[in-house]
Amino acid sequence: MTALVAAAKDGDRAAFDELVRSTYVETYTLAHRLTGDEEDARDVVQEAYLRAYRGLDRFRGDAQFSTWLYRITANCAATHLGRRSRHRHDELDESTGGADQHPDHDPELRADADDLRGRLRAALDALPPKLRAVVVLRDVYDLPHETIAAELGISESAAKVRLHRARNKLRDQLFPRREGESRAV
Amino acid sequence: MQCEDLSGALAATAGGDGTLTRAERRHVERCLRCQAEVVQYRKLLRTLRTLRTDVLEPAPGLLADILATIEQAGERQAVRSVLSGRRIAYLGGLAAATAAGAAGALVYATRTRRARLAG
Repeated sequence: MTALVAAAKDGDRAAFDELVRSTYVETYTLAHRLTGDEEDARDVVQEAYLRAYRGLDRFRGDAQFSTWLYRITANCAATHLGRRSRHRHDELDESTGGADQHPDHDPELRADADDLRGRLRAALDALPPKLRAVVVLRDVYDLPHETIAAELGISESAAKVRLHRARNKLRDQLFPRREGESRAV
Repeated sequence: MQCEDLSGALAATAGGDGTLTRAERRHVERCLRCQAEVVQYRKLLRTLRTLRTDVLEPAPGLLADILATIEQAGERQAVRSVLSGRRIAYLGGLAAATAAGAAGALVYATRTRRARLAG
């Protein structure tokens, strides 16, 4: 990967194409997780690679290429979702859930780790995009708060607040409380 | 101390982003509800981390679209650099012509002045 990055930085187009080939599925996965939509994910991925191509000179190599690409993808997704929110504001309203608040009460299924992953994916998709972006970047891709805040154009404290809210919502969906129990959000 | 007050701290601790104060720790040690919450957060975060290796296969054609976008950008960049190269050459030629003209005018003025003094 390092050799490919170096060659691409020297203007080798074939090397950059090879970088795209070896990373685009992961980049698409991240874009899909951030946008929750296949078409949006495709747009975000194309924009991300275009920015990466134009900004390759600025990649200093002190982080992994994939991490650098994640940052660009997160930034593109935030821009894309921001643009979309101006057209379809209702979709980004943080109070809109969209999915079943208690997707599964079946104790048999709950015991299964694969099922937990499935329910987690559904719960992630049901999160408002602003919350989903932070929890995906932090808890799935392990980006630091500082980086997340920078790429999403928010303060570090706002990123932490969103992360807390996102984790709470996910936990509430995955481990619903029995009747009579209260939970602060 | 109320369990609700600890929710954020428990999530942060489970995620390795924070630590509990001594008083909070004492509360959790005695509170089954908070202990269950920590377990849930740990399970949630562990499952979230496993999604990292869980890739989604894009619909066919995405790779070709990306490469085509890059190709177009590369061509535009090349055209721009050729144009800016021509612009530099044009400006360089213009500057050289201006300098030559100025030098010629200076020589002419000097000769005219000498001829006038001699005459």
